Amino acid sequence: MDNAVTAKKKWWSGGHSPFSVSYGKLMMWYFLISDAFTFGALLIAYGTQRFMAQAWPDPNVVFHSFPFMGHMNLPLVFVSLMTFILIMSSVTMVLAVHAGHNMDRKSVARWLILTIIGGIMFLSCQAWEWTHLHEVGAWWGRNPFLNHDGSAALSTNFTDFFFTITGFHGLHVTSGVILNIIVLINVLKGTYEHRGHYEMVEKVGLYWHFVDLVWVFVFTCFYLL
Amino acid sequence: MAHTHSATTNGKDPAVKKIWKVFWILLVITSVEVGMAFLHLETGFPSKLWLNSLFILLTLLKAFYIVAEFMHLRHEVKNLIMTILFPLLLFVWFIIAFLMDGDSWKKMRKNLAPGTPAAVEAPAHQPAHH
Repeated sequence: MDNAVTAKKKWWSGGHSPFSVSYGKLMMWYFLISDAFTFGALLIAYGTQRFMAQAWPDPNVVFHSFPFMGHMNLPLVFVSLMTFILIMSSVTMVLAVHAGHNMDRKSVARWLILTIIGGIMFLSCQAWEWTHLHEVGAWWGRNPFLNHDGSAALSTNFTDFFFTITGFHGLHVTSGVILNIIVLINVLKGTYEHRGHYEMVEKVGLYWHFVDLVWVFVFTCFYLL
Repeated sequence: MAHTHSATTNGKDPAVKKIWKVFWILLVITSVEVGMAFLHLETGFPSKLWLNSLFILLTLLKAFYIVAEFMHLRHEVKNLIMTILFPLLLFVWFIIAFLMDGDSWKKMRKNLAPGTPAAVEAPAHQPAHH
C-alpha cells in the first residue's frame, strides 16, 4: 500500500489509489451515498406531503408516551432515549475501529459486543413504540391523530410516512446488527488477526455510523419539526 | 492518516479522547434540541420558524460531526472528500424544488376547492387599448 502520498504527487497518474483508501472502503462509501439518496428521497417526499397538507398532527401530542409510565404526558422523552442509545452505540463502534488499528483483538470484540447490544436496545425501543402506536390505532392506512388545529385527519400521510421511514431505518439497524454479529464472529475466530488488519470492522463501522446519521435526520423531521 | 495508526496502549490515547469529545458534543446538541422543544411547549418561545431553523442548523452540525469524525471523512484525502460530498449537492435542488412544489399544490387546492369563490377575475372586463 502506498500511503505516504506527498503534496506534490500526481494523484491521477496511476500506480496508487487516488483516494488513498482500499477498494472495499471506497465501495462502502459509494453504497452509502446511494443509500443517502434513498433516505433523502423518502424524507423529501414526506416534506412535500407535509407542505401540501392544510393541517398536520402535532408530534408532541402523538409521541408523548414512555414504557411503564401509563398516561403520563412525556413528549420527546422516549425518542431522546432512543437517540442517546444510537449515539452511544456509534461511540462504541468507533472505539472498536480504533482498537482494530491497534490490533487489539479483545478490545475489538468487547466494543463490538457493546455496539450490538446498543443496536438491539434501539430496535427494542422501536418495537415498543410501534406496538404502542398500533394500539392507539395508528398503522399504514390508519391515522387516528387529530391535526394541530384540532381538526380530524384528512389523509393517512402522516402515519404512512412515519411507519415507512422509521421502518426502513429500523431495517437498516437490523441489517447493521446482523453485519456486526458476523464481523464479531470473525474477530473471535481470529480471521482478521490472521489477515493482518481489521479493515472489515472499519467498513461495517462506516455503515453503522451512517445508520446513526440517518436517525439524526429522522429524529429532526418527525419528532422536532 | 498517520495518527490513528500509532499504537498507543495506555489509557491516555489522544484518539480515544477525541472520540469521547465528539460524543459529548453530540449529546449536548441533542439535549439543546430537546430543551428548546420543551421551552417552546411551555412558553411558546421561540416562534416556530426560529425554532425549526435552529433544529435544522443543529441537525446539520450533528451530521457534520458524525461524518467528519466518526466516519473519519475529515481525515481522508481531498479527492475522496470531494467525490463523496459533491453528489450530495443535488439535495440542494431536490429539497427546494420539491418543497416549493408541495407549497404550490397547497395553494392550488385552496383556490380550487369546491365552494371557493374565484379570487381574481380574468382581465376580460378591461377595455381594449386600441
